[in-house]
Amino acid sequence: MSVDSSEVTKLAELARIAISDETLQDVTERLGNVLELVDQLQLVDTAGIAPLAHPLDEVQRLRADDVTEQNQREAFQNIAPQVEDGLYLVPKVID
Amino acid sequence: MHQLTIADMVSGLRNREFSSVELTQHFLKRIQALDPQLNSFITVTEEAALAAAQAADTRIAAGDAPALCGIPVAHKDIFCTEGVRTSCGSKMLDNFAPPYNAKVIDGFNAAGSVMLGKTNMDEFAMGSSNESSFYGPTKNPWDTNCVPGGSSGGSAAAVAALLAPGATATDTGGSIRQPASLCGITGIKPTYGRVSRWGMIAFASSLDQGGAMARTAEDAALLLNVMAGPDGRDSTCLDKPAEDFTRNLHESLRGLRIGIPKEYFSEGLDPQTEACVRAALAEYEKLGATLVEISLPHTHLAVPAYYVIAPSEASANLSRFDGVRYGHRCENPADLRDLYMRSRGEGFGEEVQRRILVGTYALSAGYYDAYYNKAQQVRRLIKNDFVEAYKNVDVIMGPTATSPAFALGAKSKDPVAMYLEDIYTISANLAGLPGMSLPCGMVDGKPVGLQIIGNYLDEARMLNIAHQFQQHTDWHTAVPGMAA
Amino acid sequence: MEWEIVIGLEIHVQLATKSKIFSGASTAFGAPANTQACAIDLAMPGTLPTPNLEAFRSAVKFGLAMNAEIGKRSVFERKNYFYPDLPKGYQTTQLEAPIVGAGTVEISLPDGSTKSVRLHHAHLEEDAGKSLHDLFSSKSHGMSGIDLNRAGTPLIEIVTEPDMRSAAEAVAYLKKIHSIVTYLGISDGDMSQGSMRCDANVSVRLKGEEKLGTRAEIKNINSFRFVERAIKVEAERQIDILEDGGKVAQETRLYDSDKNETRSMRSKEVANDYRYFPCPDLLPVVLEDSFIEEIRKNLPELPDAKRERFEKDYGLSRYDAELLTQERASADYYEAVVKGCNEPKLAANWMTGELAALLNREELSIEQSPVSPGHLAGLIQRIQDGTISGKIAKQVFEAMAKGEGDADAVIEAKGLKQVSDTGAIEKMVDDVIAASAAQVENYRSADPDKRPKMMGFFVGQIMKASKGQANPKVINEILKKKLDALL
Repeated sequence: MSVDSSEVTKLAELARIAISDETLQDVTERLGNVLELVDQLQLVDTAGIAPLAHPLDEVQRLRADDVTEQNQREAFQNIAPQVEDGLYLVPKVID
Repeated sequence: MHQLTIADMVSGLRNREFSSVELTQHFLKRIQALDPQLNSFITVTEEAALAAAQAADTRIAAGDAPALCGIPVAHKDIFCTEGVRTSCGSKMLDNFAPPYNAKVIDGFNAAGSVMLGKTNMDEFAMGSSNESSFYGPTKNPWDTNCVPGGSSGGSAAAVAALLAPGATATDTGGSIRQPASLCGITGIKPTYGRVSRWGMIAFASSLDQGGAMARTAEDAALLLNVMAGPDGRDSTCLDKPAEDFTRNLHESLRGLRIGIPKEYFSEGLDPQTEACVRAALAEYEKLGATLVEISLPHTHLAVPAYYVIAPSEASANLSRFDGVRYGHRCENPADLRDLYMRSRGEGFGEEVQRRILVGTYALSAGYYDAYYNKAQQVRRLIKNDFVEAYKNVDVIMGPTATSPAFALGAKSKDPVAMYLEDIYTISANLAGLPGMSLPCGMVDGKPVGLQIIGNYLDEARMLNIAHQFQQHTDWHTAVPGMAA
Repeated sequence: MEWEIVIGLEIHVQLATKSKIFSGASTAFGAPANTQACAIDLAMPGTLPTPNLEAFRSAVKFGLAMNAEIGKRSVFERKNYFYPDLPKGYQTTQLEAPIVGAGTVEISLPDGSTKSVRLHHAHLEEDAGKSLHDLFSSKSHGMSGIDLNRAGTPLIEIVTEPDMRSAAEAVAYLKKIHSIVTYLGISDGDMSQGSMRCDANVSVRLKGEEKLGTRAEIKNINSFRFVERAIKVEAERQIDILEDGGKVAQETRLYDSDKNETRSMRSKEVANDYRYFPCPDLLPVVLEDSFIEEIRKNLPELPDAKRERFEKDYGLSRYDAELLTQERASADYYEAVVKGCNEPKLAANWMTGELAALLNREELSIEQSPVSPGHLAGLIQRIQDGTISGKIAKQVFEAMAKGEGDADAVIEAKGLKQVSDTGAIEKMVDDVIAASAAQVENYRSADPDKRPKMMGFFVGQIMKASKGQANPKVINEILKKKLDALL
């Protein structure tokens, strides 16, 4: 399936990636090529085949409910772009 | 000293033929001298390396040396290293020094090894040529006009050029085996779940698997010994006790049944590469193995299925890079949306952006069934092909890549051509099977790799199979001119 | 035109586990910002989730209490959207294979009727962090602060079918869920601290119509009272639109309790496409039958069973039994009182009467009651043994509420002991009769069957003279004897 640039713009919005107007055409074309490649999947009959999300048929282990983590705020916030009073700062969130 | 294998170095250190500090200094000097031509390292941790070597020498002197005590290694820059930049080849993480270690790094530290530095890679491990790195492409030591393969191209080039005797790497669709093939070294991607993914920055969680690169199968086994094992912090890590992967190295190959999938020798395979692989298979026959032609009928669907599944998982895995808690943040965001759009638009390179968009597309409303779900169904068909094949054979062999290393820039503008690079390696990731590549010939002065795909948890056997080949051939001892 | 309101609820309940659903960070409330957000909660690169067994145990308890199917194979999925309080850029939740499937629960309505509400499913998921908007420093002007301590706290989201037809039914359902989760001990159910939050899907349709109307989703309503008000005001809004010939928009709305209105949440209106898919970092959770049976065996007595037992063992009305068993703490309080005084009916009357009024007035929960079960039982005993009258008892109760000690201490300190001494009462009776010649005359000439009623005047005067402390039973006996002697 090919895509047009308006669809790419919508995808980029969903994925929160700024794409400049100059590159939009190239991005759209290359994305279209990739989708063409994956479209080969449409030719296979997969009726009745269970999807395989994990290569091995393992099941989840569950962890005991213990508090094992210490406060490491300083170490984490040392590498943060903008913090104040222990909070991560972002442009105002509007509900 | 750089010609020694890891196994040689272990005994050399124990017999006091040289110290870890000497060994480490030697490799650091080589990196300094030769890496400017290759760009295989993003970060060289000279000071920490020398301190670790010093500590190793003390332990060796005290007779308290763990497995890899004093052995210098390089780590792919996808493994988190406490206090040391872990960039994942991306501008997004150029300023990121994690306050924790990956499980794999803890394993090497516990084994007493010495980290030389962090190796170059395709951005977020997305690529087959190392050209998508924010830090510039790594060059192939056999021909610096060519790519080393990817995404673990930095690790492969460093090992091939003898800048490190061994290195860690990861493989999501061929990222260990393809660069190992293109650089003429031995690389192993174990069974999915053998090596903990804790602290290994995720590309596609159900496909990513850490592994090792070295010059010989024996060295790869020694590295894997300290990497593999259970880890409660990774739910997908197998609850299997650590193994000694060297335990079967010396077993005979008599009676070994090698499956040769006809789909791996079809059009698209370079004839000279094919000739090298066929010659290696003939060598195996001499060693007592039987070749059995098999079919993996869904092979042609592996690349399409992979390019739905891997980008889908990646599109979510990379959402955490948002400029809020760590990593790149754009200047003066106007509002929240702008913060996200520009931080991610600036922080991620073209290939990463493309894969996020492909994944976003495949998962979006109305397309999920046709793409994501379909690809997971095809994934089962591909796995079933292998399960069927292993009823009649012990191991599967074929080429690792379609051809030797290609020129820098040859495929970088054509993502689909680049994706087809991994046509022989991707199936093992989809099925979760262990895979290896080992050098088996040369074409125009560039190495060719033989791929071994093993059954689940059969790494020790595969390493035995590779080791026996290396006992009777010397492709793995070849050294590129620049590194001699 | 007669309209029918159709309501479905989505209730988020924070589970009272010690650690988070996918990490070993503490879930304790009230820690300084981001001190309980570990590398996993912060979505640091390379970190991975490990699910908490206790969260599953809690969810299974809930499912069993709701007579629901238990998902023996449940799968975590990723719900993708960007928001600063969601560090991974996706919420790990369940969609196709939740831990709890369909079930039903019976609710009691204020008019005494009951109704079945169907559970669609309940799933496990992680809570998000919090955005703080009013930061004052010059550096943070115009910015929001993100605290991720809450991120990763386990939640069960409980989703009903659209079975409720009034705000009162919705509240009754919410109370029932509150009652079940607190009985099970899987949550503190504290709505004021956000341990329990409710989204309401509200639509209206003409009575008799089968098709559902377009619904609005009202987000994050944080008290029982607001649930009632938000649904009412939203239904009115929709009816107004439809009666004016307009169309209701399918959207997310926020209830503003100050203005008592709902308003559209514009930020959420950008068409969301959550791109759910199975989380590749987690494997399917498979629960053994033995695990589920072990939990079933150890379930505590639940509100419905307790209510039935209260009706049967204590002879209470369904209404009283319902009232007393709604909260486990009330039921425990009640049983402690009964144990102390062996007067189930009086105990129920006091709890639903004086005690409820006191707690309501002081805005206290039963756990915070200033009158302990022991004190209330002691008070009831003193009524029962005739030490004080019911009327004086209220006075004693108020004193106990002020912390003036137990019933005996208050009675002693204030000299409230009932006078049962016949000599003293006889004298008071004589005095009143002597002072009330006209009333005595009326009594004598009255029709005999009207006389008992007329005695009330004399009793009142005598009680007044005794400052309420004379034993009414004794007064009645003596008074009747003396008046009848005058006939």
